[in-house]
Amino acid sequence: MRKYLIQRFFFGILSLIAATLIVFVLSRAQGDPLLLYAKPGGYGVSPEQIAALEEKLALDRPLIVQYLIWLGRVVRGDMGETLLSERPVSDVIGEKLGATMQLGLLAWIFATLVGVPLGVLSAVKRGSVWDYLGRAFALFGQAAPVFFLGILGILLFGVQLGWLPAGLRPVQDPFWPSQAKALVMPTIALGWLPAAVYLRLTRSAMLEVLDSEYVKLARAKGASGRAVIWRHALRNALIPPITVSALVLVGFLEGSVVVEAVFAWPGIGRMAVESIHNNDFPLLTGIILMFAVLYVVGSFVADVAYTIVDPRIRYDQS
Amino acid sequence: MTEQTAPDSTSQSEPIDEHSQSTLMASQVIGIQEQTFSHKFWYVLRRWPILPMLVLFVMVIAAVFAPLLSPTGPRDINLRGRAAPPVWQSDWYEANPNNEQTYLLGADHVGRDVLTRMLYGARISLMVAVISLSVGVVIGSAVGLVAGYYGGWIDEFAMRTVDVWNALPFLLIAILAAVTFGQSVSIVMILLALVAWAGGVRNVRAEVLTLKTRDYISLARIAGASDFRIIMRHILPGVVNTIVVLATLRVGGLILAEASLSFLGAGIPAATPTWGNMISEGREWLSTAWWIAVFPGFAILLVVMSVNFFGDWLRDRWDPKLRQL
Repeated sequence: MRKYLIQRFFFGILSLIAATLIVFVLSRAQGDPLLLYAKPGGYGVSPEQIAALEEKLALDRPLIVQYLIWLGRVVRGDMGETLLSERPVSDVIGEKLGATMQLGLLAWIFATLVGVPLGVLSAVKRGSVWDYLGRAFALFGQAAPVFFLGILGILLFGVQLGWLPAGLRPVQDPFWPSQAKALVMPTIALGWLPAAVYLRLTRSAMLEVLDSEYVKLARAKGASGRAVIWRHALRNALIPPITVSALVLVGFLEGSVVVEAVFAWPGIGRMAVESIHNNDFPLLTGIILMFAVLYVVGSFVADVAYTIVDPRIRYDQS
Repeated sequence: MTEQTAPDSTSQSEPIDEHSQSTLMASQVIGIQEQTFSHKFWYVLRRWPILPMLVLFVMVIAAVFAPLLSPTGPRDINLRGRAAPPVWQSDWYEANPNNEQTYLLGADHVGRDVLTRMLYGARISLMVAVISLSVGVVIGSAVGLVAGYYGGWIDEFAMRTVDVWNALPFLLIAILAAVTFGQSVSIVMILLALVAWAGGVRNVRAEVLTLKTRDYISLARIAGASDFRIIMRHILPGVVNTIVVLATLRVGGLILAEASLSFLGAGIPAATPTWGNMISEGREWLSTAWWIAVFPGFAILLVVMSVNFFGDWLRDRWDPKLRQL
C-alpha cells in the first residue's frame, strides 16, 4: 500500500507539472501578455514601464526559466499577481471559489440524492414504471448538452413561467428565497449528468448484487425486503458510484465553465474563460493548477476510499 | 441484467386471448408462439436499436444531401423574414404578407432558415466527430496494443501517460488553444482527437494482456511471425469488438464537446453554421425567438441519445464485460 501511495503521489505531481507547463507554453504562444496594458487609442504604457514589467514577470528570460521561476514561487505558496488587476492570484481565486463550490456541492448533493435512490428503485422494480422513468432520466441526462439544459430551463422557468430568475445571483438580496431560487436551475443543469451516471452505475451494480448468494441467504433467513435492499445489497452496490466520484468532480469543474457562462454565475469557470481571452496567464495558470490539484486529490481519495469500502481491493499485487 | 437485450422472457408471459387457447397446447409443445403483429412489432423494436438507427440514418442523409434538401443556403439572409416563427404559428405569416418565404422551423434574427442551417450544421458536427474519433481511436488502440503486447517499461510509460493525460482540464486547455491558434475546424478536430485517444487505451491493453498468453500466439511466434504481424493479424482481430464498442460509446461525448466549445466561442468559427454556434447565437433572442436556439439543441440531444443507445446495445451484444462504462 505504501509503495502504491508514493507512486500515486509522484505521478500526481507529474500531472500538475504537465498541466501547468502546457498552459505556460500555450499562453506565451498567444502573444505578448503585456499587450493587455496597451490601451486602445495609443496611450498606456511607457517603454520604461514595459521594461520594469518584463523584469518583474521575467518575460525576458527563456520560457523554461520563466516556468521554473513560477514553479519555485508556487512551491513557496506564491502564485504571483494577475496582470489585469495586479492583485495576488490566490486572493482573486479565493473570492470566486465560494460561488463555484456552492454550485458544485449542491449539484453533487442533487446528483447523489436523485441518482442513487432512483438507481436502486429501478433495479429493485425492474421493468416497472420506475425503471423506465429512471432510464429515460439517465438517457436524457447523458445526451443533453449542459448549456442546452440551462437554456431550456431559462426559457421555460425564467421567460415563460417566470418562476425562477434567469441568471445572476443578486448579492444584496436575502438568501431565502431570492438567492435560493437563483441556485435551482444551475444546480440541476450541472447535476443532471452526474445523476445519470450515478443512476446507471447504481442500477447495474444493484442488479448484480441482488442476484448474489449472500442476498439470497439474507432473504432466506427472513430479513425484511427493505433491510435486504438497503442494508445488505446497497452497501456493495455503492462501490462503483463511489469510484467514479473523482470523475464526477472533474465533470463539475468542466461543467462549471459552461454553466457559469450560461447563468452568468460569478465563479471560477467564468473567470477562467475571461482570463484566457485577456491572456492573463498568471491567473489562468493558477486556475488550471487548482483544477489539476483538485482532480489529483479527488482521484486519490476515491482510490483510497475504494480500498476502504471494498477490502477485496488491494493495490500491491499488481 | 443488461439494459436492452433482456425482453426475451417478457413476450412469453403475455396474457393469452381466448380464441388462441385451443391451439396453445400444440404450439407450446413444438415451441412456437402465437404472436400478434403488435407483439412482434414491440419485440423487434426492443430487441434491435431500430429507432436510434433510423434517427442516425436520417441525420446522415440530411447532412450529405443538405444542398439538395433545402431551397435556400445556410447564409442566405432575408430581412423580411427576420425572426419568423416556425410554420405552424401561422398568424405571423398572415400579419407579414411581405415575406414570401416559409420557414419550417422558423428563421433567425437576419432571416436565415433555421432548418437549413441545422442541416448544414449536421455536416460539420458529424464530420468533426467522426474524423476526430477515428484519429483518436487509431492512436489509442495502437498505444493499447503496443503497451499490452510488449509490457515492461513501455507498458508502464504508456499507462502513466494516460493517467497524467486524464488529469488535464481539457475544456480550459482547448479554449486556450483555440484562442492561441485561432478558431478553425481543424484545430477543433485536433483537440477532440487529443481528448479521444486516452479513453480506451486501458481496456484495449487489458484485452491484449489476456490474448497474448494464448497458445495460438505462441505458435505464431514459433512459426516465425514478426511482432508486427502477430499484433496486426492475430491480436487485433481479437480486440476489434472492444475497440468498436468503445468508439461508439465515445461519439456522443465528442459531439457534446464540440458543441460546448462552439457555445463558449472557442470551437468552430462563429460564421460557420454548427449546432453549438446556433445555440450560442440564439441565446440572445431567447425571449423573442426561442426556435433559433431550441431546435439545434434538440438535434444535438437526439443524435447523442441515439448514438449512446446504439453504443449500449452494441456493448451488450459484443462486449458485455464493458458494461460498467
